Amino acid sequence: MDTARPAEARHMFLNMGPSHPAMHGIIKLVVQLDGERVVDSNVDIGYLHRAFEKDAEAGPYNNAIPYADRLNYVSPLINNFGYCLAIERLLDIEATERCQYIRVIMSEISRISDHLTCVGASAMELGAFTVFLYMIKAREWLWELIESVTGARLTISYGRVGGVKADLPEGFEAQTRAALREVRKVLLECHALLTRNRIFVDRMQGTGIIAKERAISYSITGPFLRGSGVALDVRKATPYFVYDRLSFDIPTGEHGDNYDRYLVRMEEMEQSMRIIEQALAQIPAGPLNVDLEGRVMPPMPADLMVDEAKMGRVAGFLQARVRLDPTLEGSTRGPHGAVNANEKRAVLPPKEDTYGNIEGLMQHFKLVMYGHGIRPSKGEYYSAVEGANGELGFYVISDGSERPYRVRVRPPCFTIMAALPELLKGGLVADIIPTFGSVNMIGGELDR
Amino acid sequence: MNPDPTLTALLRSAVPQALLGAHQYQGQETVLVHAKELPAVARFLKEHPAAQFDVLMDLGGVDYLTFGKALKSAPSRSTPSPLPYYMNPKPVKDTWDRLVPDSAYRFEVVYHLYSSVHNHRLRVKVPLPSADPVVGSVTGLWAAADWFERETWDMYGIHFDGHPDLRRILMYEEFKGHPLRKDYPIYKRQPLMGPSN
Repeated sequence: MDTARPAEARHMFLNMGPSHPAMHGIIKLVVQLDGERVVDSNVDIGYLHRAFEKDAEAGPYNNAIPYADRLNYVSPLINNFGYCLAIERLLDIEATERCQYIRVIMSEISRISDHLTCVGASAMELGAFTVFLYMIKAREWLWELIESVTGARLTISYGRVGGVKADLPEGFEAQTRAALREVRKVLLECHALLTRNRIFVDRMQGTGIIAKERAISYSITGPFLRGSGVALDVRKATPYFVYDRLSFDIPTGEHGDNYDRYLVRMEEMEQSMRIIEQALAQIPAGPLNVDLEGRVMPPMPADLMVDEAKMGRVAGFLQARVRLDPTLEGSTRGPHGAVNANEKRAVLPPKEDTYGNIEGLMQHFKLVMYGHGIRPSKGEYYSAVEGANGELGFYVISDGSERPYRVRVRPPCFTIMAALPELLKGGLVADIIPTFGSVNMIGGELDR
Repeated sequence: MNPDPTLTALLRSAVPQALLGAHQYQGQETVLVHAKELPAVARFLKEHPAAQFDVLMDLGGVDYLTFGKALKSAPSRSTPSPLPYYMNPKPVKDTWDRLVPDSAYRFEVVYHLYSSVHNHRLRVKVPLPSADPVVGSVTGLWAAADWFERETWDMYGIHFDGHPDLRRILMYEEFKGHPLRKDYPIYKRQPLMGPSN
């Protein structure tokens, strides 16, 4: 060994990623090591860049809604509603009250599933595989709820400008309460397995520390910032939807290390469940579907309805609630009005109207066909929602045409990733794993 | 969200020479600042006790090259069918104007500032000309500006003077052009051929 070489020449460069089991998604981390210590690191992102912003400019406003799902694919509902909210503010319209509650409930379900994934995956990387399985099981309960409402598990495209795709299904409240009971049980088990687990605590406590001031300087938001002791939450600071009517606490840590962020996330799940339960209790009922004689009509499958109609039994069909194919579910007239704003220039008509009368067909045509569509007046708006990782902002500029002139996404984990070299510096190689896990990096929103 | 119009007033009294204009739209406050004055204004906004913008929430670019010119589909002679009355854009309470001509200022850098102390927000916009768009970096004030400015350079080719390491961030080094510029075609392909050396 040549001892005359300068000290820094002994540093080893270690490439983690772009394809590495502990790099959730694809990023490259070049770590400069002095033995086991991280001297410096360089984060290389952009491997998942899919030109979301360029694509959003290229099509009508509604076209970006499915893309918005794919920003943060672990909590797609929040992105969806965030984008819709920005367009609504630009149009100066407001969703119905029932819709606002639905959005709150679905956002919080999404937030819990996001935190479960983050904590579960992080725990698995530290050897607690059981916790991962338990949490994925709990997430399954929530995804079943999401599936029953949106028809999809991951890429849900549930939000609409001015509303949501569908009303909540029958028995949703009971199903949700049952699911939350299960999730609570799982969280209790995971607390028992992790919170005082010597191995887990040793690896989480005192690693990946960031001070309050540095976190603010890096524009870090969300659970990551709250772990450093700043009680900042968009839901409280600038309430949107109906968050101002629901009571919840903002958990904060004090050390700004991985362990505090873990505790913050665990507590936030509990707070989200509180929000869901309050919202379920407060949600105003949609219009009751009654037939012409005032009898409550149970929802009827569309094919059965056709069979009935073939036999001439059509009395009361006008007001009847049809159960359509899952891909069209919710677009029937009754629930459609309950969850969508009365704004013909932004909201698609219920499918019955599209196929059933000329006004509905025209409205559909004018919103869907090339060259037509939602047309906000010239203007700009920055709308922020509290994503699972922090403030998710959509800055939309309209030039009066049917396409957004500019859609800028403020991705919450982008700023946290920018701070990663500072978080890793001075730590051990083994600390990279829990620190990176607590960032909850989501490639979709990081690279867009 | 209750914006404080005193922020504009504060800037008007403290740095009148830096302001190009100011407006409020849908309850959000915007000030337009000369590119040369931006670092000073940013410092002022961060440090003044009545402003205290400690968070640079977002930083991004806009290219106004085709602003208002994409109205192919608006009711006109080429598409004679007018929109039904219920589909016309409802005029919102405020009117919005860019305040600077698009021809002279093609680009804009948009800073979204947030104060965690006062819980207020301000949008600062810096219009830049088409040729040689340069603005001073604010990396010294907010650490988050580092990556945000790199991204804006990458996407729009706006140069940030004083940035320590202005490289591409989302695109690869060999990429030609700046993809979010309006004159960059969306279907253009640039296959990555591997390392340049």
